[in-house]
Amino acid sequence: MLEAIILTVITAATPLLLAAIGELVVEKSGVLNLGVEGMMVMGAVAGFAVTVSTGSPLLGIVGGAVAGVLVSLIFAFVTLTLVANQVASGLALTLFGLGLSGLMGESFVGQPGIKLQSLDIPGVTSLPFVGKILFGQDILVYLSFAAVFAVSWFLNRTRAGLILRAVGDNHSSAHALGYSVIGVRYLAVIFGGAMAGLGGAYLSVAYTPLWVENMTAGRGWIALALVVFASWLPWRAVIGAYLFGAVTVLQLHTQALGIGFPSQFLAMLPYLATVIVLVAISGNRRATLFNTPSSLGKPFVPDR
Amino acid sequence: MGEGSGDSTGEMLRRVGGDTPLLEVRHVTKRFGSFTANDNVSLKIMPGEIHALLGENGAGKSTLVKIIYGSLQPNSGEIFWKGKAVTVASPAEARAIGVGMVFQHFSLFEAMTVAENIALALPNCRATRELCETIARVSANYGLPLDPNAHVADLSVGERQRVEIVRCLLQNPELIIMDEPTSVLTPQEADQLFVTLRRLAEEGCAILYISHRLEEVRALCHHATIMRRARVVAETDPANETVNTLAQLMVGNEITRVTREKGKLGPEAILLKGLTQVSQEAFGVSLHDINLSVRSGEIVAIAGIAGNGQKELFDALSGEEPLDKEDMVILAGEAAGLMNINQRRLLGAAFVPEERLGHGAVPALKLSENVVLTRHGTGEGIARRGFTRFGKAGRIVETVTSLFDVRKGVVDPEARSLSGGNLQKFVVGREVERTPKILIVAQPTWGVDAGAAAVIRQSLIDLSRKGAAILVISQDLDEIFEIADRIAVISRGHLSKAEDADTLTPEKVGLLMAGGAEKKGAAAA
Repeated sequence: MLEAIILTVITAATPLLLAAIGELVVEKSGVLNLGVEGMMVMGAVAGFAVTVSTGSPLLGIVGGAVAGVLVSLIFAFVTLTLVANQVASGLALTLFGLGLSGLMGESFVGQPGIKLQSLDIPGVTSLPFVGKILFGQDILVYLSFAAVFAVSWFLNRTRAGLILRAVGDNHSSAHALGYSVIGVRYLAVIFGGAMAGLGGAYLSVAYTPLWVENMTAGRGWIALALVVFASWLPWRAVIGAYLFGAVTVLQLHTQALGIGFPSQFLAMLPYLATVIVLVAISGNRRATLFNTPSSLGKPFVPDR
Repeated sequence: MGEGSGDSTGEMLRRVGGDTPLLEVRHVTKRFGSFTANDNVSLKIMPGEIHALLGENGAGKSTLVKIIYGSLQPNSGEIFWKGKAVTVASPAEARAIGVGMVFQHFSLFEAMTVAENIALALPNCRATRELCETIARVSANYGLPLDPNAHVADLSVGERQRVEIVRCLLQNPELIIMDEPTSVLTPQEADQLFVTLRRLAEEGCAILYISHRLEEVRALCHHATIMRRARVVAETDPANETVNTLAQLMVGNEITRVTREKGKLGPEAILLKGLTQVSQEAFGVSLHDINLSVRSGEIVAIAGIAGNGQKELFDALSGEEPLDKEDMVILAGEAAGLMNINQRRLLGAAFVPEERLGHGAVPALKLSENVVLTRHGTGEGIARRGFTRFGKAGRIVETVTSLFDVRKGVVDPEARSLSGGNLQKFVVGREVERTPKILIVAQPTWGVDAGAAAVIRQSLIDLSRKGAAILVISQDLDEIFEIADRIAVISRGHLSKAEDADTLTPEKVGLLMAGGAEKKGAAAA
């Protein structure tokens, strides 16, 4: 029973973690992309479509990431090159993604998909309890953890990461030092798009191998909330993703078991937790200052 | 280009690198739309020379410096580095050839450590232990002690400037551009900076020094280029000039000196009794038991280095930050500690905050609308029964702009379209025109050129002599000694006793300003 629950929590948490870690990098560069939901749902439909037409779930995942990147490029062009309002553009991107994915996926509704294979090491995966949890997951689960490790290392240990944080902290100073603020932000937004696309593809290729309109069902918003919940620290995003993933699973179970507990209450828990974390971290101004990208959401126009 | 002959022997000696100028700017022109910021500007800097660049606000100094540093590209003209024509396409290229810059508004990253900040400015460098050791060594070597692992947000303004300078030095520059470096320092910190700069110059590093402070330019610089209205109008050896002749070259005509006679003192109009307030801000300063009285007919100035509680004190006086007890602030005899800003205005008080754009005026609103913002509740009938009388506000704009010579293109422009100096004249004039009984003003001439500053200062003196009590919060000691009858110093939220200005000297005030900061520096070392 416990093993089954942990396994479902992992599958519920992975798409959240993938999208959140991407958005974390985007926000660290000072860009607020509220279009995560739109990029995820585009990743989901593209992932499903490519899987079905090629017969390869792996190609489907790549397709999902590419779709996420393409949609994020629209956002990047509008907000970075044309300096449009990031909040409005992000919301528009979500609506655009939901609509376009519905249109593109119309013919795929009800079609059977192909599920992404899980790892199976003879003798190891069959170990009791830990075998299936540690060595029996699909590639995206491992990738999500690799991404957390890589992003954490990138932000804190590499020069490129230092530059990215600098751009997010004070874009005018970064520009004065001769760094390409817009260039760095383009790359960050593209990375965020790819990760959101992967998160979406996970839903339609690994979680439930089929396509339903709006199948992300608000997971993009949870991923956004997660970034704040994690106060822009990659490892905290893991905790958050699994916490929120567990809440989602719990919600399904209480419904299935018919416990007289409103499932809507559980559905709102992630957001409630985010609000509480926001209040808690704003109490500690020092921590807020050091972790929150100061330029977040502010448009940058270099003087010519 | 009226230069080349008539060098003094001292200058000959300084030319370590022979006769080739380190940097030569020839006939540079830069236009922004129809506006010409640099018109056929030429400049020559020799190795090891401290070269002053002087001019009023908007004379084109910043544009020229940005062109040299590669942030801007000229429309025409050439730049020669050690005799060879170069194109400086970006700040990174400028740094690569050996040009470093210390910015006026610091270009530091607050959330990062000193070492990370410095690593960002060096090619292919990370904040490693080696870098930390280099920073500690170089900074100690030049008398600019720094802790490489400290977060910039925790540093004082003087320490932040050290970070900028050390960052610059680690790039081994041959030319350092310094934009108004002493505007945020105490006289003692400034003296320490001059020692460092002279030492750098002796080692052969040239310095392009931009400053409003003519006295320090005379003491420090070997050569001066003076700009006015986008052109170079003079080149001179500042040691042979007086402050007055330099100012004349900058402005183009004689500056009217501010005159001050003793005023007739009336009753105490501003009274602070044990004003204590714990700051709620992340890096705010708490106010500790502040006592002060300002009588009608006098100007009391509060000196201090930025970030020692000036903002908090202003907010407590204006009512932007409510106090615990109503008798901590007494205005015109009434306990006003719990009043809001409009209730205080009705007692005859007026306020001019430090930040003119965004706090003193709304950038996107017209001047008349900005008049309404501070004077709608002063009982002048500008806002009545929920309706605004813009005609009246417009007439006030006209009066203020003519009295204070505010230069504007259209009748009622948006606040943000005015230059800094003009907007400052407007926000001060808007309050002075009301002839308030109490005026509290922060940094009245911040970043304003000499001509405009004289106008503003004289208006404050005239207002006080008509019977107003004026409290000026300023960092500019020259200004304070020019206008203040009594001077108090704020340091880390403590206010010293206000003393007669005639019994004080800038050095004495400077020591008081550094009071807390000095102890902290000793403890860190």
